[in-house]
Amino acid sequence: MTSERRGEGLEPLPALMDRLAAVGYMADPPLAAALQLSLKLNRPLLLEGEAGVGKTEVAKALAALEGRRLIRLQCYEGLDASAALYEWNYQRQLLAIKAHEHDRAEAEAIEEQIFSERYLLRRPLLEAISSDEPVVLLIDEIDRADEAFEAYLLEVLSDYQITVPELGTIAARSRPATVLTSNATRELSDALRRRCLYSYVDFPDEARELAIVLRRVPDLDRRLAEQLVGFVQALRKEDLEKLPGIAETLDWAAALLGLGIGDLASGDPATLQASLVCLLKTEGDQKAVVPEVVARLVGKAA
Amino acid sequence: MCALLEPDRTRAAAGRMIGFVNHLRLNGFVVGLPEAEAAVALLGDLDLHDLANGRLRLRALLAKRKQEWEDFDDLFEAYWFASGRRRDAWQRKTEHRKPERPGVWNEHFAKDDAASDAAGNPHSGGGEGEAESGDGRLIASRQHYLHTRDLRHLADRGELLEAERLAERLARALRYRLARRYRLEAAAERLDLRRTLRRSLAKGGDPIDLAWRARPEEPVRVVVLLDVSGSMDLYSRFFLQFVKGLVGGWAESDAYLFHTRLLRITESLHERDPIKAMTRLSLMTAGMGGGTEIGGCLKVFNERYAKRALNARSVVIVMSDGYDTGAPELLTKELARLKRRARRLIWLNPLLGWRDYEPVNRAMVAARPLLDHFATAHSLESLAALEPQLARL
Repeated sequence: MTSERRGEGLEPLPALMDRLAAVGYMADPPLAAALQLSLKLNRPLLLEGEAGVGKTEVAKALAALEGRRLIRLQCYEGLDASAALYEWNYQRQLLAIKAHEHDRAEAEAIEEQIFSERYLLRRPLLEAISSDEPVVLLIDEIDRADEAFEAYLLEVLSDYQITVPELGTIAARSRPATVLTSNATRELSDALRRRCLYSYVDFPDEARELAIVLRRVPDLDRRLAEQLVGFVQALRKEDLEKLPGIAETLDWAAALLGLGIGDLASGDPATLQASLVCLLKTEGDQKAVVPEVVARLVGKAA
Repeated sequence: MCALLEPDRTRAAAGRMIGFVNHLRLNGFVVGLPEAEAAVALLGDLDLHDLANGRLRLRALLAKRKQEWEDFDDLFEAYWFASGRRRDAWQRKTEHRKPERPGVWNEHFAKDDAASDAAGNPHSGGGEGEAESGDGRLIASRQHYLHTRDLRHLADRGELLEAERLAERLARALRYRLARRYRLEAAAERLDLRRTLRRSLAKGGDPIDLAWRARPEEPVRVVVLLDVSGSMDLYSRFFLQFVKGLVGGWAESDAYLFHTRLLRITESLHERDPIKAMTRLSLMTAGMGGGTEIGGCLKVFNERYAKRALNARSVVIVMSDGYDTGAPELLTKELARLKRRARRLIWLNPLLGWRDYEPVNRAMVAARPLLDHFATAHSLESLAALEPQLARL
């Protein structure tokens, strides 16, 4: 895909969705449109949504689609520039200083040498912009990083360059396609939002979830898959602390397959109840979904 | 911009698109120039027979948060197919120009006007000084008379206004101190290799001067839940002022009102313009002065806001007398849930300052074991005593 702003029209969305499906990702039209624009305009794409709706998978699918390498930066509280952008290779620097101790090199020459790119350790962001081939850069769970880090990101995301005080500004050799994900545990700054395209990723509807399950767990009987997806969809309407995501649905499908449950309604209730550990991830939820609730949900799904 | 060089038809279309962007802006979207430009550029690619997809693409480009994402479709319809929503924006625009002052809040904000005037012109305050300079604490401590009186007994309007102002100053002083905790510590935990190495260059590579660094301590995050039900009537006006001082302008804080429902008021408290703030608050407090459902409101808070509002540095302050019309079991359950997410849970009960008062009502008894700190809040002095509780995590 080119970064030309005008010229040939955009690929129709269904075609793009088919291509995404071919690499294993079932996108809905809003997401496909956002991805397409993000590639075309070369702007980062910010995906927000509940945990487990497949935000991270988007980046993987994009990498597969474009045949690019995926570079992932997992954010966490306290993430700083040295873990995300670059770090000097101190051991090598010290070694170099020692090695030059006896050849009476000028201090300036040594400094020039040890603060050169050879002594720079590339962390994900620097790696992404200094790659010769364009890559897909995934900045995962940006809401976990603290606000100061967001400010670092701005330079990278808007100008695709990184400033190293000792070295100057390193401009991008290629522009990575960037995907940021957020679970919305914290409000992101407007400055960051402004630089991104935005898409809110919701839980998939029944048809799409069924397609995902059938694709990812191909051994699953279609009838069981329908029941299972119906059950999960109904479960999401219950009053739970943590709603099950697609990853949970897939886990559960695999578990049911492993346990040899062929039909939710006629299977052993105790086994079924036990298998729910795949879906319910808090103590409160496990207590809330008692066998009677399960029976009711199975009834709805069947 | 290249669109301007194109034939008339494209130009008209670009004009329509700019109109759409303005329409979004009127409805509260923040759309920058680059986005507007990209939207116009997108026109060339839009297939007029494929409007649905065009809408999806424009939404990805122009909406920046979940709320905008959800509102976009209506606004799109309204603009391009001219249905009802557009007029909203116009009405809203004029609304700002002629704000009515709802009676209840007049007293709250009358002096706020004066305060913001003083802020605009630092010399007009005549030595009263802004809280940020630290004066707030000094002045507050001189007012010992007002300090120790039960707020209930402040009947005179002038006295009340004075008390409210002091409360706000106190709250600001609290905030000031806490915010100052964000600093580098002298004693550090980690070696800063980068600086050490740089310093060692002068010594031929021997790291003689070691550089240390520490993660700066982060300020606590304050979440206030204020009861404005009928039984709190005597205090809530005053507490609201306190909360306003505490939360207004402090980025890492959050405030909620509750009676039978829970309302987030952070944005209104951050509002610089006192008239706008007043209008918003008065709209929000419809139902104020009725009964209380603390448990139910906490449930709403836990479900809707807790994930975003609370983290490991959060101090939750509940200001309530604990007269709950709901079931104490619900209160206990929700309070326990809240406690799991927050670092400290503080309950301020103004009645505790009364002589002979024992917190024996059901809700209070149920809540007691879960609280990290349970204190009175009937006078300015008792509010000031809160500071060490907030400073310590």
